[in-house]
Amino acid sequence: MELFDIAFFVFAFITVVSAFIVVFSKSVIYSAFSLLFTFFGVAALYVLLHADFIAVTQVLIYVGGILVLMLFGVMLTNKIVNVELKTGTLHTIPALLLVSVVAGTLGGLFYSTWKGDVAPPPPPFESTTKTLGEMLMTSYLLPFEIASVLLLVALMGAAMFARRRTKT
Amino acid sequence: MTISLDLHMYLGLSAMLFCIGVAGVLTRRNVIVVFMCIELMLNSVNLSLAAFSSQLGDPTGQVLVFLVMAVAAAEAAVGLAIVIALFRNKQTVNINDINILKW
Repeated sequence: MELFDIAFFVFAFITVVSAFIVVFSKSVIYSAFSLLFTFFGVAALYVLLHADFIAVTQVLIYVGGILVLMLFGVMLTNKIVNVELKTGTLHTIPALLLVSVVAGTLGGLFYSTWKGDVAPPPPPFESTTKTLGEMLMTSYLLPFEIASVLLLVALMGAAMFARRRTKT
Repeated sequence: MTISLDLHMYLGLSAMLFCIGVAGVLTRRNVIVVFMCIELMLNSVNLSLAAFSSQLGDPTGQVLVFLVMAVAAAEAAVGLAIVIALFRNKQTVNINDINILKW
């Protein structure tokens, strides 16, 4: 079980550090590529949480889909001629204030429940894929269908938006 | 007591990720970086859902994570399409310059 702890801290460190790079890097490309490490770190944490299906889905959707989309967005919205990949920051002081309020709230919640009566974790269920599939097809069928229709509509709308308007 | 299955560690990490995402959304000027930070915040919420699911031994949280991922994918697609359409019209991705809806 000691190995689990080491793995947790390693992956948590990777996740947090690369998230910092995403936010504070001056280059959009660096942000996008360190977002890759954040997503992989979170996927590894899902594995540590015995959520195997979610981990694979994380890699497939976020790394394979959303990150590639982001990279396309970066490439399409930067003129190659005048390199404006660098971006500045704004409103540092109010943002710092707001972030410290959010962090204080979350930290206060964290510490007020620190020695709560956390039940000992149950023995981990095995592969969750079968269970998740059954739940999605029985008790969560309506949310599943709504999500799929939403995804269809959103992707069609995105294709409509991004298409160059033809002169008719 | 194993730390690896301790709920608090995962919730603390999730809170840290969420705060980093909030900081990014508030301070960065590039729309795409703002999108990345929103994805970061969605990821942190997913992580806490998965942690609760594992702690309670109830896979319902993982169903929620799955649905959140679907909505996040839709959001990213629509958002980037809007960014590309904006860039085509105004030649900028700086949120300070995108102010035509500002009163």
